[in-house]
Amino acid sequence: MTAPIAVSGATGLRGMNDSARALRRRFAGEARLGWLIASPAFAGLLVFALAPCLVVFAMALSDWQLGAPSARFVGAANFRALAADDGFWISARNTLVYGIAVSSGSVLLGLALALLIEASPLGRLFFRTAFFLPVVSTTVAMAVVWEFLLHPTLGPVNVALKRLGLAQVPFLADADLVLPTLCAIGIWENAGFNMVLFLAGLRTIPSDLYEAAALDGAQPAWERFWTVTFPLLGPTLLFVAVISLVRSFKVFDTIVAITQGGPHRASEVMLFTIYQEGFGFFRIGYASALTIVFLIALVGVTTLQMRLLERRVHYR
Amino acid sequence: MRGRSPLFETMRLAVLGVLAAGFLLPFFWMVSFSLKPASEIFTGSLNPLPTGLDGFMNYVRVFEARPLGRYLANGAIVCAAILFFQVLFAAPCAYAITKLRFGAGPLIFGLVLFALLVPIQVTAIPIFAMLAKLGALDSYTALIVPFSCSAFAIFLFRQFLRTIPDELIHAARLDGCSEWSIMWQIVMPLTLPAATAFAVFSVVSHWNDLFWPLIVVRTPELSTPPLGLLSFHSSEAGERYGELMAGSVIITLPLVAAFLAAQRQFIDGISLGGGLKG
Repeated sequence: MTAPIAVSGATGLRGMNDSARALRRRFAGEARLGWLIASPAFAGLLVFALAPCLVVFAMALSDWQLGAPSARFVGAANFRALAADDGFWISARNTLVYGIAVSSGSVLLGLALALLIEASPLGRLFFRTAFFLPVVSTTVAMAVVWEFLLHPTLGPVNVALKRLGLAQVPFLADADLVLPTLCAIGIWENAGFNMVLFLAGLRTIPSDLYEAAALDGAQPAWERFWTVTFPLLGPTLLFVAVISLVRSFKVFDTIVAITQGGPHRASEVMLFTIYQEGFGFFRIGYASALTIVFLIALVGVTTLQMRLLERRVHYR
Repeated sequence: MRGRSPLFETMRLAVLGVLAAGFLLPFFWMVSFSLKPASEIFTGSLNPLPTGLDGFMNYVRVFEARPLGRYLANGAIVCAAILFFQVLFAAPCAYAITKLRFGAGPLIFGLVLFALLVPIQVTAIPIFAMLAKLGALDSYTALIVPFSCSAFAIFLFRQFLRTIPDELIHAARLDGCSEWSIMWQIVMPLTLPAATAFAVFSVVSHWNDLFWPLIVVRTPELSTPPLGLLSFHSSEAGERYGELMAGSVIITLPLVAAFLAAQRQFIDGISLGGGLKG
């Protein structure tokens, strides 16, 4: 760092001043360049992340309507309206049920798939591809396909049920069945994603640990799983569980494409409610309040799950 | 984990085989029904193969019913522009906060960490209001600009740049390279693996995104592929299943084909991307 400067100064104090000046010039130049090349991104983050976040809080405390010239401060009125609205509680409950069912289902299935695939080299590539395919596929397109497959009379699932002499099932039209059905589709969409993360985690476990465990008498594969794989996979499990829950809380495309929240709000979820209130009815204040509840839930559940799982991972 | 018994191998293949068949079944049916004429679909047949070649007309008719080519072009334009701006803004910013001594580095990185926590769904209403105020709704600008500065891209480039030794930069300075050419000609080419993974992540998420296009697009001609398919689906509900399946095949195909061609890059890109967003 100082090499070019050291040769430039001849002797004594004068030389040192020169080098200090040169260094300072170099630092000033670096700082200038730094600001120059970082500022577009910095400005972008201010305008499209920080500012909207502050604004959404302000909007939640106001009665502003889109296009209105002014707004009034209404305090917690939007939040009170929200707490008194049955629709909000239905939507929150559905999102919670969907999130827990899809994340736990897709984490367990993803883990099982990864363990089975990793257990032997045979067919590894094919299976990984097959299970990952739903992850790359456009969600809306697959939702349209699922809706047709589950069509009460024409869909192949119900045609097959009929051929078997069973009753046809209105999977997406029945208020009791619609959410479980959407959860199953969600698990199908996300399991491959989790599988890939687990595969990466499994590859970091050194194979001599399995040999050591076998020598120590952990003979059945199941026992080796509990003594070696599971504890060492702990951090991956934590990570996958958290992002999986966050991903499933953000379910939107499938709902918009298939059910629009119906029947009778049985499949209405938070993002759909926010979308409808904000961009369908333009109730900006109310939708902002919903957004804040959604953000708090997202951050809160993530933090809580981190804490709980961390303890188990460490003290196992 | 070697020396598995043949029994275990058989069981493993059986379980994985059944599950894989179940996972692939929707794709199989999607293609199968996209090739069936309406008459065959409405009789509720389970025969996977179409009886004639009439079903191919679904692919023609879906292009007649909707400007599907336009949707695909919109998808390509929007994804390419978003990726271009993301890299253009994020890479230099990450370089500045990792490789240059300058006071605002930690501040900017703090902002990046904050922005990582906030998904577009949270910032959507203010950004929508801002675009409305500027009269920029319902345009390519509205589809592209809100994503052009990606905190995730900055974070990713930063992680990668930290593994590149500073000595490389010092040596280049000794050789008299300008700071500008050190950044673009020496350091940035080394970030290609990170850039590739990020490109996959970015293109996959924006090609498939429905939320934002649904909010800002009004003109049908500006639709991205998912939005176009959704509007076809909602307006033709219950009528044209063969064409709907054909449309689904067409908008899913580009990414699926790319995935099958470059699996490693796709899996790396998506799994690393999904870690923080998605």
